[in-house]
Amino acid sequence: MQLNHKNITQSLLGASCTLLGSNVHAQKWDIDAAILYYGEPDRVQAIEAIVSGTKEYSTDHSLSLKVVVDSLTGASANGAIEQATPQTFTRPSGNGQYTVDANTTPLDDTFRDTRVQLSAQWTQPLNRQWVYSGGANVSREYDYQSIALNSSFSRYFNTKNTTLTLGASLSFDSVDPVGGRPVALSEMVVDSGQFNNENDFDTAFNLTRDIDSENRNTVDVIFGLTQVMSKRWITQFNLSLSDVDGYLNDPYKLFSTVNNQGEAISQRFESRPDTRFKQAIFAQSKYHFSRSILDASIRIADDDWDISSQTLDIKYRFLLNNNHYIQPRFRYYQQDEAFFYQPFLSVNSTQPDYISADYRIGRLNAYTIGLKYGFKNKKGNDYAVRLEYYTQTPENPGVILPEPLTNEAVFPSVDALILQFNYSF
Amino acid sequence: MRRLLFLFLLLNLGGCSQLGVHAWERGTLAKDDMALTADAVDLSLDDHIYFSKEGTSGGRGFAGGGCGCN
Repeated sequence: MQLNHKNITQSLLGASCTLLGSNVHAQKWDIDAAILYYGEPDRVQAIEAIVSGTKEYSTDHSLSLKVVVDSLTGASANGAIEQATPQTFTRPSGNGQYTVDANTTPLDDTFRDTRVQLSAQWTQPLNRQWVYSGGANVSREYDYQSIALNSSFSRYFNTKNTTLTLGASLSFDSVDPVGGRPVALSEMVVDSGQFNNENDFDTAFNLTRDIDSENRNTVDVIFGLTQVMSKRWITQFNLSLSDVDGYLNDPYKLFSTVNNQGEAISQRFESRPDTRFKQAIFAQSKYHFSRSILDASIRIADDDWDISSQTLDIKYRFLLNNNHYIQPRFRYYQQDEAFFYQPFLSVNSTQPDYISADYRIGRLNAYTIGLKYGFKNKKGNDYAVRLEYYTQTPENPGVILPEPLTNEAVFPSVDALILQFNYSF
Repeated sequence: MRRLLFLFLLLNLGGCSQLGVHAWERGTLAKDDMALTADAVDLSLDDHIYFSKEGTSGGRGFAGGGCGCN
């Protein structure tokens, strides 16, 4: 076919419309936006804003874009053990110190970061039975960056009542901590007047640091089954595997070496294995009663760090008149400790290759209770607010505490308030 | 908890005799509220909170990294 000027103009117009997503079949963007406040008394405060947009280009072809910005300030437990006397620590940067009062959980109050995350996801049918979805995710914060790619294929069976999905994700992360990476198991250098000058301190500090950044790569695979059970009931089952390889230490976490009198005689940087293999089973069921919806999910997970966990999450949405709803929520989480978790190291013990006093990989229970209220106006815009209370209760995994430490909060609980506003249009 | 999962699976299997519906019977399931990933923004924010505070992540979706989350 010979292309005349009109043909070319029309072709170019069509191509540009396709690129811009403005062909005649295109729908408008569906936007979901939310802002969340997360606050722990005397600890971390975070604000997180998220805007997510989805546009359908033709039947079941859709593009989703998401931007997340979060800002964190406040204090985070540094892993050292509470003492009956004040304790002084060097800031992660090596510039300055902070002192923790007696009988107070040691918190590093220099915790401050801003994270930006961008995500894109494309989904389209390949034919009447198969659907493909692929996406990318980029995240950047001061000391951490991540690039991730994902792909999944789904196949319908039984007139779309059954869907099997196989998905995989590759994530390439880079860790570049403030002040460099602490050498695992090295002792924190604290200037207590023993150095002649600043250069001597810097020399000692630098001996405990590796300057170059480190990588962390993750491969995730998920096998999922979605089943329509009845006109009111849908279920999902996922089996997921995750293989993490690289730098897995938390560079800001310490553990204390404690003598028989319960006194911390040194603070050292934690050491974790450089691989982790995780597996989880997840099941979810949603049932629509005449004026309410039950959404219940359960997750059972374990890994080769011996962290096994159970999670139960129940949301019950009461559908009120005029498109209003109210939704109570209860979540329960329980985990066992990693094999190398110790709240402190006793001087009577040999120093192991791997040790962490980070309570988040210790034995703990956590509960979330909350309430969400939302409504849809006549234009179809959704508004919602949710308020939740989250509490974590770390437990002693069976460690015998020296007598003086029984008066200290060795396993302090953490409480948090979560407040979120949603707007969709 | 494992017993709960077993009960959960058993309850699901109990519905097997009437598995699936015809296309014209999906009105209720097609409601936004009934999507398994309804309130996706909430799920995303929750993932970030619990990834930061607990030893386990993922299950519903990919468990992978994405933040330092100290």
